[in-house]
Amino acid sequence: MKKLLGALCAATMLTAPAFAQDYPERQITMVVPFAAGGPTDTVARLVAEKMSGDLGQQIVVENVGGAGGTLGAGQVAKADPDGYTVLLHHIGMATAATLYRNLAYDTPNAFEYVGLVTEVPMVIVARKDFEPTDFKGFIDYVKANGDSLTLANAGIGAASHLCGMLLMQALETPLVTVPYKGTGPAMTDLLGGQTDIMCDQTTNTTQQIKGGTIKAYAVTTPERLDLFPDLPTAEESGLAGFEVSIWHGIYTPKGTPAEVNERLSKSLQTALADEGVAKAMADLGTAPSSAEDAMPAALKAKLESEIARWKPVIEAAGVYAD
Amino acid sequence: MELFSNLAMGFSVAGSLANLAFCLIGVLLGTLIGVLPGIGATATIAMLLPITFQLEPVSSLIMLAGIYYGAQYGGSTTAILINMPGESSSAVTAIDGYQMARKGRAGTALAVAALGSFFAGTVSTFLVAIFAPPLTAIALKFGAAEYFSLMVLGLVMSVALAHGSVLKALAMVVLGLLLGMVGTDIYTGTPRFTMGITQYADGLNFVALAVGVFGIAEILRNLEDETDREVMTKNINRLLPTRDELRQMIGPVLRGTGVGSVLGILPGGGAILASFASYTVEKKLSKNPREFGQGALAGVAGPESANNAGAQTSFIPLLTLGIPANPVMALMIGAMIIQGIVPGPNVVSEQPELFWGIIASMWIGNLMLVVLNLPLIGLWVKLLTVPYFVLFPIIMAMCSIGVYSVASNTFDLYAVAFFGLLGYLMSKLRCEPAPLLLGFVLGPLLEENLRRAMILSRGDASTFVTRPISALLLLMALGVLVLVFLPQIRKRRDEVFTESDA
Repeated sequence: MKKLLGALCAATMLTAPAFAQDYPERQITMVVPFAAGGPTDTVARLVAEKMSGDLGQQIVVENVGGAGGTLGAGQVAKADPDGYTVLLHHIGMATAATLYRNLAYDTPNAFEYVGLVTEVPMVIVARKDFEPTDFKGFIDYVKANGDSLTLANAGIGAASHLCGMLLMQALETPLVTVPYKGTGPAMTDLLGGQTDIMCDQTTNTTQQIKGGTIKAYAVTTPERLDLFPDLPTAEESGLAGFEVSIWHGIYTPKGTPAEVNERLSKSLQTALADEGVAKAMADLGTAPSSAEDAMPAALKAKLESEIARWKPVIEAAGVYAD
Repeated sequence: MELFSNLAMGFSVAGSLANLAFCLIGVLLGTLIGVLPGIGATATIAMLLPITFQLEPVSSLIMLAGIYYGAQYGGSTTAILINMPGESSSAVTAIDGYQMARKGRAGTALAVAALGSFFAGTVSTFLVAIFAPPLTAIALKFGAAEYFSLMVLGLVMSVALAHGSVLKALAMVVLGLLLGMVGTDIYTGTPRFTMGITQYADGLNFVALAVGVFGIAEILRNLEDETDREVMTKNINRLLPTRDELRQMIGPVLRGTGVGSVLGILPGGGAILASFASYTVEKKLSKNPREFGQGALAGVAGPESANNAGAQTSFIPLLTLGIPANPVMALMIGAMIIQGIVPGPNVVSEQPELFWGIIASMWIGNLMLVVLNLPLIGLWVKLLTVPYFVLFPIIMAMCSIGVYSVASNTFDLYAVAFFGLLGYLMSKLRCEPAPLLLGFVLGPLLEENLRRAMILSRGDASTFVTRPISALLLLMALGVLVLVFLPQIRKRRDEVFTESDA
């Protein structure tokens, strides 16, 4: 027994210092806290493939969906901090901290950071026969007709729900909110003219806008998009401070060595610099984060500022997911 | 004719040697995973997704589509042989298919399922090709009120036709509805009946429930008494259906194809109803409704055709709107996006080769499936002769892997165990699992659409009768009720969901 313990000790001593340099020595699991095939999963698979090439080890995407992404995040929070379990999550990481009052982990203190991956812009859209012709007209029309209009979203905590809450606050007009189970059915009803307005990520809206099946009014980013140069930003049309993007970041469990996070971050930057990734993201109406943003410090700052920003918005709306 | 030139283009794309090979790989894999209990198309496609990145977009989609409808085929094999449906549609096949197998007619049941599916697949593929755009326009007319009325019709059809054990069938539907309530309420975010377990926040896993109440319960029941099984294996009849049986299946297959094609188009859950609706129709039209639940040929032929027709036409919303009708379609969208094709209303005009290539490949794939599966029937039936002590642990292990792979959630495995026991208890009390499953899938849709319709109408309940399609569906539901409760007709009706132990 003593011998065995000794051997074990020797083994750990041997591997410990070599750990960070040799990382990664085996397959890495990237947890995506949403179903396969969704926009977040797509982003994850795009970067995971390129990061695998750079790291020389396969990154396997594992979908651990459920409870607005908090199940997957919780699983990673509890995982061994050895760099072989990473989490790719979006803005929901910050909003869940307020939306869920009984989270199994303390969001700002349960993770280490690798970097930002992409910030997906959102577009304010409406059914194709919605009366206003431009965003200024849209604002006036919505303010005048208020609660006779419906605002669709893909469920509590979804990107479209967050943007919708912000839109109603910015317009100081409550609309009739119609939640759906996911973006697919919400978009179907908007296409069919069953609902009036929605605000959703370009990943979901771009092809429909181009196909003329829905009407776009404004983008939610500080600057206009190359994709839709004619669409104004919400801010330039008079909604001061109205800015939302669905930012995605990669996290590791608390206690993961800094060298490992650095290594992953470098690999993320390489993946984001890849032309194929840039093109695939452009098709979705988004762009890879810059090398400066794809760093641990940038993601940490983003998460902290977003938790602080959404807390009052969610509390004012009084909606919680538990 | 533009249609013919389009189809010709599609067949030239799908008929290339490489694409034929991918189609074959897809349907082969699909059949295999469909036959493995509990492992569904969703998990398989998710696992294979990374491999497809290296392929041409058309090839990868042809392969993924092949897995999808191949799994539909294979899924009915387990439903017939071991009473283990992997998805809601094959739950219906299990009712009469498994009874046929118990009477030694497993070969016939499998052949009928394969031929019926092939016919339905052929017809609905052409429906997709010819009518995709106009059908999409109809699908978009279905709002919350229409879906609610459709679900009412579905529930009424199944419950109202139940007769002898109407109380038990009703109780099972209600229990199913209650189980369907588990999870987060999408309108308020309030968790319901989750007992504080976050893993159930998104509801109970369908596969876990189905595998439990059907499969595990059946295994427990079989372990009580092995003589039953000897009958099953000793009396295996010839594998292919007789001329007379073929003639019997024509009507059910035609009707099933019609019902399935229409319901499959609706992205909000129409396809779920396809096989249930077909079963109800067949039972209602049958001269011997008592046969149903005892191994009626029509009870396999109709629902299997409806199921496959629905699976094909559910591609319509995906291809014409870029909107997924189910989780498998959502995965295919993910695959397309990674390939640089963002699905949307313009795919037909911007990527005609992709669109028509996939449609042509669906027909080729269906042909491959029938050619592949008819000879395999002998092999599947032989599986029944595998001794219990080998077969059952394998089934249990496969189920556990399959259920776990859906969401990597250990709580789904606890659910399998729980529902296995519940299913066993139910079989002791002579309650049928099929109405429970129907309640479980329809209940949440019913509630969701009822509440959404009420929100959209600002609380005005007349929305259900002032919208024409919804009113029509409700009238049909009323008509079914009246028909059933007219006494003289009533005499001729038996329960829909009987699968008594006789």
